[in-house]
Amino acid sequence: MENNDYIIEMLNITKEFPGIKANDNVTLQLRKGEIHALLGENGAGKSTLMSILFGLYQPTSGVIKKNGKEVKINNPNDANDLNIGMVHQHFKLVECFSVLDNIILGIEPAKGLFLSKKGAREKVAALSDKYGLKVDPDALVSDITVGMQQRTEILKMLYRDNEILIFDEPTAVLTPQEIEELMKIMKNLAREGKSILFITHKLNEIMEVSDRCTILRKGKYIGTVNIKDTTKEELSKMMVGRDVNFKVDKKPAKPGETVLKIENMTVPSKMHKNNAVKNVSFNVRRGEIVCIAGIDGNGQTEFVHALTGLEKMTEGKIIFDGKDITDASIRERSKSGMSHIPEDRHKHGLVLDYTLEQNMVLQRYWDDEFQKNGFIKQSAVRKYSQRLIEQYDVRSGQGPITIARSMSGGNQQKAIIAREIDKNPDLLVAVQPTRGLDVGAIEYIHSQLVAQRDKGKAVLLVSLELDEVMNVSDRILVMYEGEIVGQLDPDKTTVEELGLYMAGAKREKVPAQVN
Amino acid sequence: MDNSTKKNKKIDISSGILSVLASLICIIIGLLVGLVILYCINSENALDGFSRILKGGFYLKPKGIGTVLAQTAPLIMTGLSVAFAFKTGLFNIGAAGQYTLGALGALYFALVLKMPWFVCLLAAMLFGALWGAIPGIFKAYFNVNEVITAIMFNWIGLYAVNEIIYKGVIGDMYDMKTTKTYTLRSTSPSSMIPDMGLNNLFKTKSTTIAIFIAIIIAIVVYIVINKTTFGYELKACGHNKEAARYAGINDKKNIVLSMTIAGALSGIGAGLYYLSGVAEWNPQVSTALPAMGFNGIPVALLALSNPIGVIFAALFVSHITVGGGYLPTKYFQPEIADVIIAVIIYLCAFVMLFKGMVLEAIANKKKKKDAQTQTSDMGKGAAE
Ligand SMILES: Nc1ncnc2c1ncn2[C@@H]1O[C@H](COP(=O)(O)OP(=O)(O)O)[C@@H](O)[C@H]1O
Ligand SMILES: [Mg+2]
Repeated sequence: MENNDYIIEMLNITKEFPGIKANDNVTLQLRKGEIHALLGENGAGKSTLMSILFGLYQPTSGVIKKNGKEVKINNPNDANDLNIGMVHQHFKLVECFSVLDNIILGIEPAKGLFLSKKGAREKVAALSDKYGLKVDPDALVSDITVGMQQRTEILKMLYRDNEILIFDEPTAVLTPQEIEELMKIMKNLAREGKSILFITHKLNEIMEVSDRCTILRKGKYIGTVNIKDTTKEELSKMMVGRDVNFKVDKKPAKPGETVLKIENMTVPSKMHKNNAVKNVSFNVRRGEIVCIAGIDGNGQTEFVHALTGLEKMTEGKIIFDGKDITDASIRERSKSGMSHIPEDRHKHGLVLDYTLEQNMVLQRYWDDEFQKNGFIKQSAVRKYSQRLIEQYDVRSGQGPITIARSMSGGNQQKAIIAREIDKNPDLLVAVQPTRGLDVGAIEYIHSQLVAQRDKGKAVLLVSLELDEVMNVSDRILVMYEGEIVGQLDPDKTTVEELGLYMAGAKREKVPAQVN
Repeated sequence: MDNSTKKNKKIDISSGILSVLASLICIIIGLLVGLVILYCINSENALDGFSRILKGGFYLKPKGIGTVLAQTAPLIMTGLSVAFAFKTGLFNIGAAGQYTLGALGALYFALVLKMPWFVCLLAAMLFGALWGAIPGIFKAYFNVNEVITAIMFNWIGLYAVNEIIYKGVIGDMYDMKTTKTYTLRSTSPSSMIPDMGLNNLFKTKSTTIAIFIAIIIAIVVYIVINKTTFGYELKACGHNKEAARYAGINDKKNIVLSMTIAGALSGIGAGLYYLSGVAEWNPQVSTALPAMGFNGIPVALLALSNPIGVIFAALFVSHITVGGGYLPTKYFQPEIADVIIAVIIYLCAFVMLFKGMVLEAIANKKKKKDAQTQTSDMGKGAAE
């Protein structure tokens, strides 16, 4: 292959962070007009590599070439000058600005002292037509859907005439329909000659859109393959270093006594005047995984918050292990055997500025195991967290004293899961426990959930992922606009039927008590 | 495993050293700016003046040293007060008001009730705690920013205390002749904090064991913040209120407690000052809030909110303040020391920045070294 076929080459890139080589002699070559996937487990160094290309980090060693010429990218402005654009996993938009203002931010067209948005508006409209990027230029970012925010980010890159487009886990935050649409957009962009770097954990997406794929494992370069010549199995093996089981191994559930009984729960919404959760009743028994399925924003968050005590419910009752805990505090619920893997690991799950070991005892620091007369037993905390780190394979730069903020998302999540499962709960409430994680980690977490079930614990899983819902659960409850609209048996239903319930197109009267 | 813990310790220590380094950079730049100002005002005597500031209390041994110590004790307390609240994510700008209330508590129990010194000190603490608790309650239960409430209560406190003392609302504390409160020495000697011979040593009148009390409290605060479950909860609230709530920590209670303790610390500061007899309260000229309260903010910043660091930061600030007092008034205003402190304070806001710069410089150096060893390794490899 001729060298000048490549629009971007990152050669022998090494990047060290304190205690860890995030990239270790990695090479990535991007052809013009291709969609090039970057695959790797959480913490493999994908974001780091892309941040280097976008000028956010400086490599410890290695060179970057554009069209065969070596370039230095000291900051995102340099990257922009080289026509490199990036959509970050967490969008970087100004919430109180309109879509149009966000797109032109930083390079506002001016006539004298005044903004002249007319030209900009036309250019945005043209771009949005050409690539099928539907946005409302005058809507405030805070009012639009995540999908539209992402399209805004993409338009931002196109408006700057970027030729090399980096997408860092763009699908992690999207609904299935939005993902479908994004795939189309990406293909369009590639057809028009844009070169795309696409990070994802979802092998299906890679198989669908990309031309080639580069795989990283623990910071090291594993290889680059043509998608035409490979399979999902091979990709995941390269990524994880072993065979991955896509089907969750589990025996039929043997439900026991009822652990959780929810009666007529109603929770008000913080966003609007209506109730977010309306008159919800159901039971969860020992030895079963009950999954609440639904499209994001149908009351799942509020439901879980009310269940775990983070929010107050206005009506209804929660019976847990035979006790009425409707008015119990968060701590009381936790003490009586409820564990909670929260939806938002940065907001609720971790104190990011605490060390890993401090986070490991976040739910238990008051326990006699870790304190005596109000003094924290430092050595006990250290020993405990070292055990969890080993047992649950939580990877980090400096072990127990790593600041949680510097850990990769997957390992942050593993730390939370280790903490919550090790509490040995009667009920494990897991909200989107695999969001943004790679197949290896997902396999692991799913097997942990099943193991909890098989130990006779009750598991309440809240998930937006259809695959997860179908594979892991023993019983599916579909939530739509704050109500349970259907109860399905994963063995007897199809994804299509589930989708109809989730979209509100189908509903049935669900018997309140299932025993 | 053993190896990794060893490595961990090394990282801890170097981070501590970095913080000290950053604070020192602030101080040095601040002093240099001070020198420039001295030059601008009077170039001939600038160096002499500068050396007096640098020498601080040592300029007039041993009295000056005693004075520095007497000033440091209350400053440690207000510094701790601000630092403690910082740890919980709160900005205690109300230290001055809490200090004022503490002064009232100390003076009332001493001059009117003639209680022994430690009772008076406890009273100062309780009065300060009350004044700290109020903004805490407003913050926790009504979501009113603590800065706004604290500023209002600073002034409410000041004027209330002035009025109470001047009018003798709760007893006779005001001496018409001096226009100040009665001196402790003559009115209630048993309310004075004992000096254990320090006054003799330094040939001063008000150098007491207050400084040791302050240092002990600083150590206690350090232990509370870093070694206890209470400190763990407070810091968790400060870093991430939502996660603290998720962990079952009562964030509202912690906010109130944190402000109450911060207030108590400021109150003790006032107790240490007035019960040592450093000065008397003057309700007629005390129309500005006591500087001791506000100076707690730069002390806490300079110390990066580390309670042990607060001891040294307070010592330093008192040192140059006293030194500023020794400037020859013929050429310089003693306020020049305040200017230098002010510059240092401004720079304190950059302490974190300096810390980052030092870190980067070290990293660069290491990189160069690594590159060198790498190339020499490569050379070796080629030779082989
Ligand atoms: N700013 C940073 N400081 C220290 N360590 C970091 C930093 N950013 C990333 N890391 C570490 O580098 C590794 C790679 O992280 P990242 O590139 O985010 O992985 P990925 O995007 O593949 O999930 C992880 O172990 C992570 O903890
Ligand atoms: Mg990433």
